[in-house]
Amino acid sequence: MLKDVTLGQYYPADSVIHRLDPRVKLAGTLLYLISLFLFQGPLALATATVFLILLITLSKVPFSYIVKGLRTIIIILIVTAAMNLFFTTGTVIVQFGIFKLTYEGIQMAILMMIRLVYLILGTSLMTLTTTPNQLTDGLEKGLRWMKKIGVPVHEIAMMMSIALRFIPILTEETDKIMKAQMARGADFQSGGLIKRAKAMIPLLVPLFVSAFRRANDLAMAMEARCYHGGDGRTKMKPLRYTAADRNAYLLLFSYFVAMIALSLLWTKVLGGGKLFF
Amino acid sequence: MSIIVNELNYIYNPGTAMEVQALRDINLEIKDGEFIGIIGHTGSGKSTLIQHLNGLIRATSGGIFYNGADIYDEGYDLRTLRTKVGLVFQYPEHQLFETTVMADVSYGPKNQGLDEKEATLRAVGSLNAVHFPEKHFYDSPFELSGGQKRRVAIAGVLAMKPEVLILDEPTAGLDPQGRDEILEMVSNLRSTQHITVILVSHSMEDVARYVDRLIVMNGGGVMYDDTPQAVFAHYKELEEVGLMAPQVTYVMHALAEAGIPVRTGATTVAEAKDEILSVLC
Ligand SMILES: Nc1ncnc2c1ncn2[C@@H]1O[C@H](COP(=O)(O)OP(=O)(O)OP(=O)(O)O)[C@@H](O)[C@H]1O
Ligand SMILES: [Mg+2]
Repeated sequence: MLKDVTLGQYYPADSVIHRLDPRVKLAGTLLYLISLFLFQGPLALATATVFLILLITLSKVPFSYIVKGLRTIIIILIVTAAMNLFFTTGTVIVQFGIFKLTYEGIQMAILMMIRLVYLILGTSLMTLTTTPNQLTDGLEKGLRWMKKIGVPVHEIAMMMSIALRFIPILTEETDKIMKAQMARGADFQSGGLIKRAKAMIPLLVPLFVSAFRRANDLAMAMEARCYHGGDGRTKMKPLRYTAADRNAYLLLFSYFVAMIALSLLWTKVLGGGKLFF
Repeated sequence: MSIIVNELNYIYNPGTAMEVQALRDINLEIKDGEFIGIIGHTGSGKSTLIQHLNGLIRATSGGIFYNGADIYDEGYDLRTLRTKVGLVFQYPEHQLFETTVMADVSYGPKNQGLDEKEATLRAVGSLNAVHFPEKHFYDSPFELSGGQKRRVAIAGVLAMKPEVLILDEPTAGLDPQGRDEILEMVSNLRSTQHITVILVSHSMEDVARYVDRLIVMNGGGVMYDDTPQAVFAHYKELEEVGLMAPQVTYVMHALAEAGIPVRTGATTVAEAKDEILSVLC
């Protein structure tokens, strides 16, 4: 019933990308996102496309599986495109009432679509190839320096990993309780707003009870193992950079430099506009 | 009146990396008044199968017929089916939500459209049927002991007066006494209320004592479907799929191999005792 949430769920496979240090993937994703919003011209766009396709191929995640994630944001895509199409000022092509279709609008719409699609593909590639645990580990270690300015990095990472861990548990629990109440004749689908809200009580009460019970059990289990926060805590699988990670950083860096260079080449030397002309 | 399961297949998360074929080619006929045990290793598909029987899960392929009607027909009333085929989930106490035991047990009957009075009457009847002590009828269900909570949850399903009662591991996590009480109660319900009972269990000893027919599931398929005696005769094959026949089966087979002419069909300690005494005396 609740199984259709596939956007960014870990996809188990054995690939170069899966094996990379999560810090590389986090930094890489950030760099890729920045590059998406800086680039100018078709040369850089082609580079960003090739780079993305290369990474997806390397990750061994089926292309169709990644693209499925786009379905969840299709509304946002359409709205953004429509806004750009009709509200960008410039050379008017056609006009319906207050809506003007402009050359610049078409360009902006295409550009924004590409950016959003690549942004979603890029970030979901990261979450698809990195387990939530690795992700929080990577964040904790990558942002350790922030502790000096008083940010409780370890605590935040711990909360994140617990929260992430609880999502599938609670989803499963919701599914189970829903079925159990449906077996007692509950009806979650029909009726007006008030009737439906009322029908949720038999679902929500047991769900909260169970969430609190689980939180309580977890707290006890952590106490019983002498958990006392991040100081002096060691890791079972400490993050260490390998040769592959260094190469990945190098590749990322070259990509980023290439993107800047190609953008500059297009605007300054070839005198091109934002996207194509 | 019966449930017919025809060529049933079910796949969890089809088309993703987490694809699992939980049921394959299941064919069953469940007749009125039968007491059936379903047993199988963890992950063999028992819970998945029983959730099909009241239409909570829709089969990937195959069909289910309740009293001759195809439950996947358009316009088939699944909500009514669910009140006729009562399903008690594993750890049913986790679904309690009301402020009092009485209100919680009345939830099912009220969903059936009964008024307050009738629902309460049903609740009292089913709470008595599960031997729930009257003095706790208006207590909060969250303040009861584990075994009591489970009785309340079973009563919640019984109160809908189902024709078929399915229990998914009703004794999981109970002590031996609580376990015997629940099973004895289920067995009584079946004889007094003339309902069909399907009992999912991990324990061969439990099912051997009560059921007339035993379905063994393995890897999503039905491995054996026969009387407990006939199934336990395959005790070597059962071991290969991680199940054990009741201990008395082993004793009887060992005795027979040692040359004592006992019949090996005994499945409970009492039967074994009678058999051995009859041979020795
Ligand atoms: N919600 C679900 N999503 C995905 N796979 C599932 C889900 N529920 C069960 N499965 C898978 O289906 C198979 C059958 O599971 P099922 O719960 O029916 O087994 P079971 O016989 O009831 O086991 P147990 O004795 O542990 O209760 C298992 O391989 C399980 O991993
Ligand atoms: Mg089960």
